[in-house]
Amino acid sequence: MPTIEIKNLSKTYRVYQKQEGVLASVKGLFHREYREVHAVRNIDLTVEQGEFVAFLGPNGAGKTTTLKLLSGVINPDHGTVTVMGYVPWERENEYRRKFALVMGQKNQLWWDLPAMESFRLNQHIYRVPREEFERTRDELSDMLDVTRLLGRPVRELSLGERMKMELIAALLHKPDVLFLDEPTIGLDVVAQHKIQEFLKEYQRERKNTILLTSHYMKDIEALCKRVVIIANGSIYHDGSLEDIVDQFSGDKIVTLHLHDDGGLDSLSGLPNVMEVEAPKIKFRVPRDEVGKVLSRILAAHSVDDIVVEDPPLEEVISNVFSQAEEKGRQEASQAATGS
Amino acid sequence: MLESAITWWTFFKISINERLVYRADFMLGTLMRFLPTLTQIFLWWAIYDVISSPGSADSTTGPDGDIAGFKYGDMVAYYLLVIISRAFSSMPGLTGGIANQIRNGEVKKFLIQPVDMQGCLLMQRIAHKLVYYLVATLPFALVFFLCRGFFVNGWPAADVLIVFFLSLALSFLLGFFLETCIGLIGFWFLEVTSLTFIYMLMNFLLSGHMFPLELLPSEPVNIRAWVEFLPFQFLAYFPAAVFLGKIEGAEMYRGLISEVAWVLFFVVLSRVLWWKGIKRYSGFGG
Repeated sequence: MPTIEIKNLSKTYRVYQKQEGVLASVKGLFHREYREVHAVRNIDLTVEQGEFVAFLGPNGAGKTTTLKLLSGVINPDHGTVTVMGYVPWERENEYRRKFALVMGQKNQLWWDLPAMESFRLNQHIYRVPREEFERTRDELSDMLDVTRLLGRPVRELSLGERMKMELIAALLHKPDVLFLDEPTIGLDVVAQHKIQEFLKEYQRERKNTILLTSHYMKDIEALCKRVVIIANGSIYHDGSLEDIVDQFSGDKIVTLHLHDDGGLDSLSGLPNVMEVEAPKIKFRVPRDEVGKVLSRILAAHSVDDIVVEDPPLEEVISNVFSQAEEKGRQEASQAATGS
Repeated sequence: MLESAITWWTFFKISINERLVYRADFMLGTLMRFLPTLTQIFLWWAIYDVISSPGSADSTTGPDGDIAGFKYGDMVAYYLLVIISRAFSSMPGLTGGIANQIRNGEVKKFLIQPVDMQGCLLMQRIAHKLVYYLVATLPFALVFFLCRGFFVNGWPAADVLIVFFLSLALSFLLGFFLETCIGLIGFWFLEVTSLTFIYMLMNFLLSGHMFPLELLPSEPVNIRAWVEFLPFQFLAYFPAAVFLGKIEGAEMYRGLISEVAWVLFFVVLSRVLWWKGIKRYSGFGG
C-alpha cells in the first residue's frame, strides 16, 4: 500500500469579495459577495514509502492547501486521502503522532523560552521515551550544529537558527511522514544549504517519506528526485527533474571556445546567440539539431572546447508555470463561454 | 492516563518558567491592582461622611450611616474581598489571546499535534495564577493586616470559610471557561474585542466588582432579582458576601451549587464551541 494516496481531491474556498472604498465596506455589512477559489481541483497522487517529493508551483497554486489537507488541518470538498492508512481530517491521535508539519513562516516554539523546553514538551506530547528523546535530540542538534544554542531563548535566535530548532522539534518523534512547507524561506544561502544537506542526510538514513514545497529551485535540485508541478490547483506534471527539462525545454545551450577570434563574426550571425565574449560564443540550439549544427561549425572552424548543457532550471520552470497559467486561463474562458 | 498527566505537568512547568521571564512587569501589575480599590474606598468614605452628618439621613440610608445593610467598615472589607475574588476569576488576555490564535492560524497547532487546546490554556492559566499568588501574597497580607479593623465581625466560622475557598476555586474555573467561550466565538467573528468589552462592562456592573449587588435597583426593573439568574455574581460578589456573612445558611449552599452548575454549563459550552469552531475552520481554510 502506498504511504500517501490522494484520489480526486478538491477544495474550494469561499472568499469574501470586497470592493474598494468606504461605501462598499458599509454595503458589505449587509450583503456580502463571495468568490469561489478552487484551491485544489481533482488531484490524484500516489507517494510510496521513502520518497522525497517536491511540490512546485507559483504562489497560490494549491501547494499549501494540499499539505493542509494531508495534515488534517482542513477538510476537502470531495475526494479521498489516506496517509499511512489514516484519513487525515479525522485527526486520530495515532495518526498525529506519526507525522509532522513544518511551516517556514510559522513559529511553533515557545518564544520566550529556550528551544530545549519546547523539545521537552514535544517529548511528552508525542510520548517519546526519555533515552530515545535525548539520543534523537543530541543527534539532530549535532547534525544541524546548534547544540550550543539549545539553552538560549528562542526570541534571541536568528531566523536560520530558529528554523533549525523548528526542524528538530518536528523530528523528535521520528515522524514517518514529514510535510515541509517552504522550510528555507527567508534564509541566507549558507543556512539554506545547511538545511538542504541536513534533510538529504536525514532522509537517506531514516528512509521516511517527505513532501516539500519550496520556491527555491536549489532546494529541489538538491533534494528531490520526483517533482510534482501544481498550477491552478491541478497537477500539471509529475516526474523527475530531468523529465521536466526534457519535456518543457526543446533547447540546449551550446558554448564554443574557438581557437582564434576569426570565426566569431560569421558565427554571431547564428540565430539565438546569447552571449559573445571572444573567443567564446554561447547560443541556443533546438535539441534535435545540436548534432547537425555542431558538425557544420566544426567543419568550418577550429574549436578548442565544446560545452552542451540544459538551460537553467529556473528558466525551464518559469516557462512551465507560464504555460500552465496560460492553459488555466484558456480553460477558464472556455468555461465562461460554455456556460 | 498517566502519560497525559505527565504531559500536562510538563506543560504546567513550562508555563511557570515562561511566566517568570517577565517578573518585573508582573510585580508592578500586582501592586497596581490596589490603586482602583483605593479610589473606591476614598469615594465611599466621602459618601458615608455626607450621609452620617446630621439632617442628611433619608429613607434609603439607615440611621448609623448604613447603605443597603453595609456600614463603612463593611464596604471597605467588601472591596478588599472583591480584590481576592477577582484575583481568582479575572483572566486578562484570555479572550483576545484565543481569538488571535484563531486569526493568525496558530490554532492549527492543536489540529496537528495530539494535544488539547483548552487543556493547554487551563494549565497555562493555573501556572500564571500561581505565580501571581506567589508574588501577591505578601502585599495582600500587608494590606489586609493594615485594614483588619474594617472586618468588624472578625474571621467567619470554619464552614463559611470552607465555602468561601470553594467558591474562589470555582470562580477561577467559571471565569476561565466563560472567557474561553467568548474567545472561541473568534471562529465566527475573527475579532472579539468589542464582545470582550461588552462582557467586561457587564462583569463590572453585575458581578459586584463596582459595588455590592445590594445596591442594584429593584425599581422600576428588578435588576437585583435578575442578577441571581446570571453567572456574573460568582466572579466577585458571591465569595465576598459569603465571607462577610451577607449570604448564609441554606442560601449559601444553594449559591455554591448554582456556581457549580454554571461552571459545568460553560465547560460543556466551550467544548461545543470548540468542536463547531474547528469544523468551520477546517471547512473554511485559513
